[in-house]
Amino acid sequence: MSEFKDLLSQYPPEKVHQALTNVTATRVEQTLAKKERDLEDFLVMISPAAAPYLEVMAQKSRQLTLQRFGNNMQLFAPLYLSNECQNICTYCGFSLDNKIPRKTLSDKEIMKEVEVLKGMGFEHILLVTGEANRTVGVDYLAHAIQLIKPHFANVSMEVQPLDQDEYERLISSGLHSVLVYQETYYRETYKIHHPKGKKSNFDYRLETPDRLGRAGIHKIGIGSLIGLEDWRVDSFYTAMHLRYLEKKYWQTKYAISFPRLRPFSGGQEPKVAMSDRELVQLICAYRLMDPDVELSLSTRETEHFRNHVIKLGITSMSAGSKTNPGGYAAGKESLEQFEISDERSPRKVADLLERNGYQPVWKDWDPILQGTFG
Amino acid sequence: MLTIANKTFTSRLFTGTGKFPTYQSMQDSLEASGSELVTVALRRVNVKDKDDDMLAHLSHPRINLLPNTSGVRTAKEAVFAAQLAREALETQWVKLEIHPDPKYLLPDPIETLKATEELVKEGFVVLPYVHADPVLCKRLEEAGAAAVMPLGSPIGSNNGLKTLDFLKIIIEQSNVPVVIDAGLGVPSHAAQAMEIGADAVLVNTAIAVAQNPVEMAKAFKMAVEAGRMAYACGKGAISTQANPSSPLTEFLSYE
Repeated sequence: MSEFKDLLSQYPPEKVHQALTNVTATRVEQTLAKKERDLEDFLVMISPAAAPYLEVMAQKSRQLTLQRFGNNMQLFAPLYLSNECQNICTYCGFSLDNKIPRKTLSDKEIMKEVEVLKGMGFEHILLVTGEANRTVGVDYLAHAIQLIKPHFANVSMEVQPLDQDEYERLISSGLHSVLVYQETYYRETYKIHHPKGKKSNFDYRLETPDRLGRAGIHKIGIGSLIGLEDWRVDSFYTAMHLRYLEKKYWQTKYAISFPRLRPFSGGQEPKVAMSDRELVQLICAYRLMDPDVELSLSTRETEHFRNHVIKLGITSMSAGSKTNPGGYAAGKESLEQFEISDERSPRKVADLLERNGYQPVWKDWDPILQGTFG
Repeated sequence: MLTIANKTFTSRLFTGTGKFPTYQSMQDSLEASGSELVTVALRRVNVKDKDDDMLAHLSHPRINLLPNTSGVRTAKEAVFAAQLAREALETQWVKLEIHPDPKYLLPDPIETLKATEELVKEGFVVLPYVHADPVLCKRLEEAGAAAVMPLGSPIGSNNGLKTLDFLKIIIEQSNVPVVIDAGLGVPSHAAQAMEIGADAVLVNTAIAVAQNPVEMAKAFKMAVEAGRMAYACGKGAISTQANPSSPLTEFLSYE
């Protein structure tokens, strides 16, 4: 099986863009009538020609999601350990050239965050850092997992890409899943947005899910940052990446996220805007192509949007998020990665789910299931 | 009456606890189903918490808990999980699920056999979830499984008995109860499973995601009873030719 890099090179953006433009209404109708849908069908469903069929897609997406996941919604919270970062990323509040106070949590500060998050009811935690290998390298991460693991059912991570042996070490410490977004699959655009730092290496980032798959991780989350480039083309590449990974690392579970660019300290406006309708179209297209994939929504999105989209295919969401290190225990400071949009407490989000006939799922894993103990 | 490992059941409908919109609807549906054996995913319960919400809703004198190991990928992980379940839920029974494939949740036959051997040695009552593989079912029986749980079709698919021919062979050959698990989407699927001689069926998704889970649970209860009754009555043979009431060769009986 060829590497994803080779596969990606066979689909230049212009070719994908052209294919998206060529989709006709008849083709959309044929696709939606199918029982099962592949990557080509995904392209059809995210095309402009599919936009008038949004309600049909939403109905089918809801039905498939209910069958596979039931009336359940997984809840999780991010725990920002550090905002130190050696990269320059044009869209991120943690960017090296952004003159904000930097902070990496000490053991004591981590435990304060743990206490608050436990009090909110969370059992699934996502550890987040910038990329600063000297201060928040693999030793810091391994130590943090050791500290945090006894208190939560499931520990995930969204940090800098690591080598395979480093992932193996963290998995054996109890790490369950890793989220790593390519940001954009456009090689040239990627260069513009990541001019300095280790993150500027497009291929190293692109191959991260392969290293994770080889290391035997339970779950990998992928996605592209919506706003940097044509969202349709980038989403096609993300779906292609998903299909490639599912076939190659068949023992791993996958999750897709849809981060839309948000305002942040010192940031720029998105190059490409994506409307709420378009995001719903994308969510439904994923579900119709892949009934089993986890679809995740963050508090970047507005309360209004989140209230309605829970019924259309989303299976996991964050709640009550703070995107600054120490944010749960210390309160709001100006160290955020990005501004959140839905500021409701986890309890309020859970109430909303219950009112809509959904069961908020706080725990859906146990360390014992991967042979590690709390 | 169905007996598994010296425990008798009046109901041949086993149920699951996943995918319900609320714990209350789960409890009401299980009540309506008449089920006496209910699977619980270890991943969903907080075994450290004696007041766990799900377990509180399953506390009923009729209900026996059957912890499952859903989420594990190897025999080693399954054994750990079963040990934890035994300690936390105070039951020797375990539904052994080892599915390294997270997409269709298809069971790993090799790891399942290994784990069954190990768990039986440790005194567990093991009910392994497996593909409808007649040879594997015999091997599991020899390893000491208390029952076998072959799938009708992939978990949650509601596709019915796609493995019908192999299920018939399993039922014909088995010396332990055969519980058809996974894929039963409507009551007629359950009735069909019982008509071919299954000892019981396990249903979760079809009940949990129904518009009215309680009524659907009742419908499955009735279908299982009807199917079992039909099996017990002895079905008439199916023929591709007509059987006339005055056969052409009848005159020979006067010879």
